[in-house]
Amino acid sequence: MYVAVKGGEAAIANAHSLLADRRRGDRSVPALRLDQIVEQLALGVDRVMSEGSLYDRELAALAIVQARGDMIEAIFLVRAYRTTLPRFGYSNPIDTGTMLVERRVSATYKDLPGGQLLGPTFDYTHRLLDPELAAGADVAEPLRRETEAPAMPRVSAILAREGLIEPDGEMPQDHVPGDITREPLEFPMARDIRLQALSRGDEGFLLALGYSTQRGYARNHPFVGEIRIGEVELELDVPELPFAVPLGTVRVTECQMVNQFKGSAKAPPQFTRGYGLVFGQSERKAMAMALCDRALRASELGEDIVAAAQDEEFVISHSDNVQATGFVEHLKLPHYVDFQAELDLVRRMRAEYEARENPMKAEEKREAAE
Amino acid sequence: MRGQEARDQAERKAAMATLAQSSGDDIVRLWNEAGLPSQAELLRGPETGLVTLRGRIGGGGAPFNVGEATVTRATVRLPSGQVGHCYALGRDKQKAKLAAIADALWQDPARRTEVETRLIAPLRAALATTDEKRRAETAATKVDFFTMVRGED
Repeated sequence: MYVAVKGGEAAIANAHSLLADRRRGDRSVPALRLDQIVEQLALGVDRVMSEGSLYDRELAALAIVQARGDMIEAIFLVRAYRTTLPRFGYSNPIDTGTMLVERRVSATYKDLPGGQLLGPTFDYTHRLLDPELAAGADVAEPLRRETEAPAMPRVSAILAREGLIEPDGEMPQDHVPGDITREPLEFPMARDIRLQALSRGDEGFLLALGYSTQRGYARNHPFVGEIRIGEVELELDVPELPFAVPLGTVRVTECQMVNQFKGSAKAPPQFTRGYGLVFGQSERKAMAMALCDRALRASELGEDIVAAAQDEEFVISHSDNVQATGFVEHLKLPHYVDFQAELDLVRRMRAEYEARENPMKAEEKREAAE
Repeated sequence: MRGQEARDQAERKAAMATLAQSSGDDIVRLWNEAGLPSQAELLRGPETGLVTLRGRIGGGGAPFNVGEATVTRATVRLPSGQVGHCYALGRDKQKAKLAAIADALWQDPARRTEVETRLIAPLRAALATTDEKRRAETAATKVDFFTMVRGED
């Protein structure tokens, strides 16, 4: 028998107004403004844009406030919002070679054209909590150095001159880039689709997998050929104009990972590559993405698949934190009927077990009951 | 003639790029200071939608989809007949409408110089100043390596 149960409407409404109250917190503390979050929690905003897969700072800031700082909840909100908007089209591919660079480092070449630009980095800080920041001290203007804008070729282009590195990833001439927001995932998948999934994938998950490759689970000896962060121009082809319309600029982080490779039946000895490209300033994520991209190219490069990070279906099916949280968190929703059935089953099995183990006692029990 | 057409297109595109990149507040302020006309018939929008941003594998290889960005667009027609368009990142509808009007005015030979000097040029200068400041701040974080000589030889 199945009995439908209704209820909880008032409880839900009251819970949501309690949530609104707790979210606002102590009323004597000023409410956060979105511009404060955009300016001062910028990397959190970038993470929500990257994993929410929507470039819009104010919306990401709103999501962070609405989610009380719960990043995965904020990412979920942004993903849901995306589905309400029409799609105007696909941009022309961005050119990271013409980026207005705000940070650019290479771990493979000391003296590369354009130089090593540290930019606003946490690297080389001592990771000591700063009481002056807590006291709200004024911050000095950064120093400037007037220079000609130097050309900054990608490091991969330098290695390519010697022919010691594989080219940028090509696809067959007639290949149309796949889109996981339009078509369901299918395995095995092309590298372009994998990269789309990785770019919106959970930073923690990809970081752990990237780390696992360094610790020996599918080791491939990575070097950071280059990381660059900065703004690139975005253009869109539209039918009403005879030229690509400029949309403005977006900040992205690009990581070119260079990996040792002794060659295989399919490829000569050369450096191979992993690629990371994410919204905003998200260096750790771009590096993790590049490590995973390289590991997932195992079958393309004729490597044995021996570790989790090389298993495409495993990695891509579990990299999306909105899907993951949806399935994990649904466990807390009412499963009363399911559980009732399980309970019934366990009781029956238990009775059978006891009857088998201890027939006398079961008999007594039955008699006593009668 | 074809050369002139190509130059016109390049200039129009550059003006649209400046408008798309500038803040709505700056556009409104300069618009009012210049006293540019804002009457126009809205043919489309302003409306917000998504553009899927593409990158290239390895930086220069095959394209792939990275994620989406909010974009607001508008199309207007002036009383004098010119049709102007705007597509700009973000959700600022007033900015999209004004930028579309600016694009239409730009196409009117009688108005082009005014739009260029009173609106586009100051916006472009402000953007250049911001870019230059950022470039100089980044340049100050450039590592200058110097070699330590050790030993006798």
